[in-house]
Amino acid sequence: MKIRILNRQDALAGGLFVLFGLAGAHIASSYPIGTTMRMGAGYFPLVLGGILVLLGLVVGLRSLRLQVAANEAHEVAEALGRGAAGLRRLAGLRPALFVGAGVLAFALLAPHQGLVLATVALTLLSGYAHQEVRIRELLGLSAALAFFGSAVFAYGLGLPLPVLPA
Amino acid sequence: MELLSHLALGFDAALSWNNVFYCFVGVTLGTLVGVLPGLGPVATIAMLLPVTYGLTPAAALIMLAGIYYGAQYGGSTTAILVNLPGESSSVVTCIDGHAMAKKGRAGAALGIAAIGSFFAGTVATLVVAAAATPLAAFALKFGPAEYFSLMVLGLVAAVVLAQGDIVKAIAMTLLGLLLGMVGTDVNSGEERFTFGLPQLADGIDFVVISMGIFGIGEIIANLEHDQKRDVTVAKVGSVLPTRDDYRQAWKPVLRGSGLGAVLGVLPGGGAMLSSFAAYMIEKRLAKDSSRFGKGAIEGVAAPESANNAGAQTSFIPLLVMGLPSNAVMALMIGAMMIHGIVPGPQVMTERPELFWGVIASMWVGNLLLLLLNLPLVGMWVKLLSVPYRILYPAILLFCCIGAFSVNNSLFDLLLTVAFGLLGYLFIKLRCEPAPLLLGFVLGPMMEENLRRAMLLSRGDASVFFTRPLSLTLLLIALALIVVMTLPRLRATREVAFAED
Repeated sequence: MKIRILNRQDALAGGLFVLFGLAGAHIASSYPIGTTMRMGAGYFPLVLGGILVLLGLVVGLRSLRLQVAANEAHEVAEALGRGAAGLRRLAGLRPALFVGAGVLAFALLAPHQGLVLATVALTLLSGYAHQEVRIRELLGLSAALAFFGSAVFAYGLGLPLPVLPA
Repeated sequence: MELLSHLALGFDAALSWNNVFYCFVGVTLGTLVGVLPGLGPVATIAMLLPVTYGLTPAAALIMLAGIYYGAQYGGSTTAILVNLPGESSSVVTCIDGHAMAKKGRAGAALGIAAIGSFFAGTVATLVVAAAATPLAAFALKFGPAEYFSLMVLGLVAAVVLAQGDIVKAIAMTLLGLLLGMVGTDVNSGEERFTFGLPQLADGIDFVVISMGIFGIGEIIANLEHDQKRDVTVAKVGSVLPTRDDYRQAWKPVLRGSGLGAVLGVLPGGGAMLSSFAAYMIEKRLAKDSSRFGKGAIEGVAAPESANNAGAQTSFIPLLVMGLPSNAVMALMIGAMMIHGIVPGPQVMTERPELFWGVIASMWVGNLLLLLLNLPLVGMWVKLLSVPYRILYPAILLFCCIGAFSVNNSLFDLLLTVAFGLLGYLFIKLRCEPAPLLLGFVLGPMMEENLRRAMLLSRGDASVFFTRPLSLTLLLIALALIVVMTLPRLRATREVAFAED
């Protein structure tokens, strides 16, 4: 007999909920709890954290099943399949990585280097999140967005961000 | 005729040049995001919230409301012509709408969708206006215990009626409630979950959460699959339905409007649920149900009427009691608070011109939408040829600038990225993010009412069960949970959402 994870998504989600719940309850317990009549700052979040842990356990445990070990060849094949899926999943992180990097670059560049550079960086980096990268099109798009963004937001709406590097 | 005088007051406010202009802006943007798959009203409203600072409260609410019901019109265009749902609420319209388009009847399908939506919008405006006064009087009887129980019911219903796994959805709600606790506790002045960061002392701005999860998170998820959108747009032809079409469609339009108006009021309801239910009912009522899926005009008329009616009546709980029933309404609460309006039953008496103005604007908006969508449908179709790889960097730029401009804070922007990645993770783990936003908005209100109720009852928790109104609300919530965990019903529910 061995325990198998039948639903990886649920196992992860459950773990995440337990983690958030524990963190929430732990931090909340450092605030005054008070009484049921006069609840302190920690009361409600402590309760919420507790329930979240319980729900996380339900979600996580549901994804596990006891199973009689099947024959070995089958398991090896399955492990190989998992490895390939893992590689594919890594490639699947491309959108998250490039979109995240783009927004991060915008955040770091905008306050001092100005909107134009920040917009170009955002567009180029996030453009690579798409499978199909057309560099000329991206350059054109970044120029158009930089012009549009500066005109509308900095000059039009008075956003307190510099347009060009100071 | 109190209703007439209220409506007169409303139209007086809604028809001012300023408000008509922003209504027009709202419904145009709504149609735009409705037509474009991958960009929904939640992200759009979140992006535009900071822009509304400079507007009058009425203009801001009128514009944002227009985005939501405008998106219902736009969504059908994409569904019929391209067989892609522009919005989740037009998923069922694809089935028969696109079948009609393949037969060369795209124009008639678009026409009946727009006319049905307009009729439904008119009905829903009247329903909202008629229901508002009695419901607000009822809501004024609510004490903190009732409010708390009502919020429990609202959250439970939102979870039950939404898609996906119920336990995970409840967990997402709780996570949202917990996130709502971040910031200074109003009762004790204690700073909670701020990790000593002064930027968190006022709590997490909900623009940050909604734009992160529904803007950035969804873009990442969209980029992951379906990168090549082959858009073969069907020919439109005449948008005027024939006399035969009208004869077949008028009953479904009536039924769809009624059903949508009722289901929209339910917590968790709104446009999507209404359209699904309307389609099912038409299919069941039809003499020859085999026509469905092959271009039955009823299969377009009913859900399109229903989703528009549902989108509008989902404003009732918000306007009357200050409770959001779905993610869009949660954003509307934020918009009201930005303008210093505390949502609740008192809005109607304290700001009647605003309250009735927003309601009347819905009819004005529907009229504008009819004009925008029927003669100008070709313009929207052209938009569909803009590829997503051009679109999403622009959306990201709007998200960045929007998140920054709430407090002109770099910290908010960084937090938005973090929530974007978290939101993407949740989408990957098949955790519906909408309940999180709802919990986040309701969190502080729930805690406040719980504390007040317990203080009034001297710490006796039985107050929630001894006050009849509160007990009724909790019993309904319990019944919903029990019913939905019964295996038989769960199976039907899965079937109902299987098409999404």
